[in-house]
Amino acid sequence: MKKVQFYGAGFPYDSIKDLPGKLIVLEGTDGVGRSTQIQLLRSWLEDEGYAVSDTGLRRSPMTQPGLDKAKTGHTLSRLTTSLFYATDFADRLENQIIPALKAGFYVLSDRYFYSIIARDVVRGVNPAWARKVYGFALRPDAVFYLKTDVEHLVTRMVHGRGFNYWEAGMDIRCADNLYDSFCVYQSQLIQQFDQMAEEYGFTTIDACRPIKTIFEDLRGQIKALSKEE
Amino acid sequence: MLQQNPYRGKLIVVEGIDGSGKSTQIDLLYKWLQTRGISVYFSEWNSSELVKSTTRLAKKEHMFTPTSFSLLQATDFADRWENHILPMLKAGVVVLADRYAFTAFARDVARGVDPTWVRNLYSFAPLPDKVIYFRVPLDVAVERITSARARIKYYEAGMDLGLSDDRITSFRLFQQRIIDEYDGMVSEYGMTLVDGTQSVEKQQKRVRELVKQVLKGFEGLPHPRFRVRLGKSKAVKQAKSEAAALDKNAEMGDG
Repeated sequence: MKKVQFYGAGFPYDSIKDLPGKLIVLEGTDGVGRSTQIQLLRSWLEDEGYAVSDTGLRRSPMTQPGLDKAKTGHTLSRLTTSLFYATDFADRLENQIIPALKAGFYVLSDRYFYSIIARDVVRGVNPAWARKVYGFALRPDAVFYLKTDVEHLVTRMVHGRGFNYWEAGMDIRCADNLYDSFCVYQSQLIQQFDQMAEEYGFTTIDACRPIKTIFEDLRGQIKALSKEE
Repeated sequence: MLQQNPYRGKLIVVEGIDGSGKSTQIDLLYKWLQTRGISVYFSEWNSSELVKSTTRLAKKEHMFTPTSFSLLQATDFADRWENHILPMLKAGVVVLADRYAFTAFARDVARGVDPTWVRNLYSFAPLPDKVIYFRVPLDVAVERITSARARIKYYEAGMDLGLSDDRITSFRLFQQRIIDEYDGMVSEYGMTLVDGTQSVEKQQKRVRELVKQVLKGFEGLPHPRFRVRLGKSKAVKQAKSEAAALDKNAEMGDG
């Protein structure tokens, strides 16, 4: 079994011996199709007889009401937002993800802390500081980075849920209108992800392809991962 | 870890365990500075409106782990820092803080988080111009707290650590750990010790002396409704003339 590893000090008060489950992370910018892929992977894994648990940002029962409220009011400053999201992440990691891994589940995580760092850094937060905040984070078994370009994202938005305030980074006004702001903001995020892909060793997946092709690619990679043991 | 205060204002912090008497002292200090015409702002630990509902929920339901507790407290502090303390310091105000990052360093480490990790969380905040640490023996603090309150709260007593099923015993064990952390920080951060068992007046005299040293030659933001009650120091005169000049400018601007 693989040794439990953290990016920094982990949880010094809680010695975690072994985690038989697998933590699989799907990363990538807004609208790249992460949640669709997670649904597909979930059905496939369950069909194979694995227990699956999924999680995503802002789903902690502790911080969700507060974060939702703050988001509606647009009252959060950047460090406050950054740490509020870190709280959400820590709560889910300790109370959902780790217990599920202990019980041998496949945990499919829709984004991990990398997305939080990307958004923070684009907003001017110190990159080294943000990385150290996540010294308690568990190293996933695999991180798949669904990589795309702005042009492709725009088509997905136009034919999907449309442009929205947060996904366009309007809180930092990258431009004076939603469309231009979206393009500037998303390209900055992609730049951050590209940098982290190298730094943290993500497996990059070309997300400009059809849903089914991406799914088959992911499935193949995950199968290989299980065979490693 | 923390950088020197680069801002125009001054930052004065009181630290100490529950029942050390620091809040009484900072309250007296606040009023004293106000009457001297100094622009002063008071900020206390755990007071962000934004984070309040989350803290309340998590405390009520006992949802915290040491890490999430530490992070939520840091979120609370960040909100106060970005929206209150930083603007005030930039404006040239004397900011008085009842607890600061050191409270987190003491409590969170007493709860078992990594000391270096928690120090990084707060590294965006500067080192105060003065940190006054009110030290009291554990027995004195326990006596003060238990006589003043009906019941010690769950997290205050460190019940989440499972040190003891008895709240008072747990409180004692937890507070002792915090005292140990504070004691270690005295030299790490150059804190000034004040004996919290002395009379309130005697401590206040010492506190005022310490603050006078910090404010020596300080030219902060003038107070708009300025009245001298306690003698005129040089800084006070300076502030007054600056205020007058500003008023004059404002009048001219109106014309």
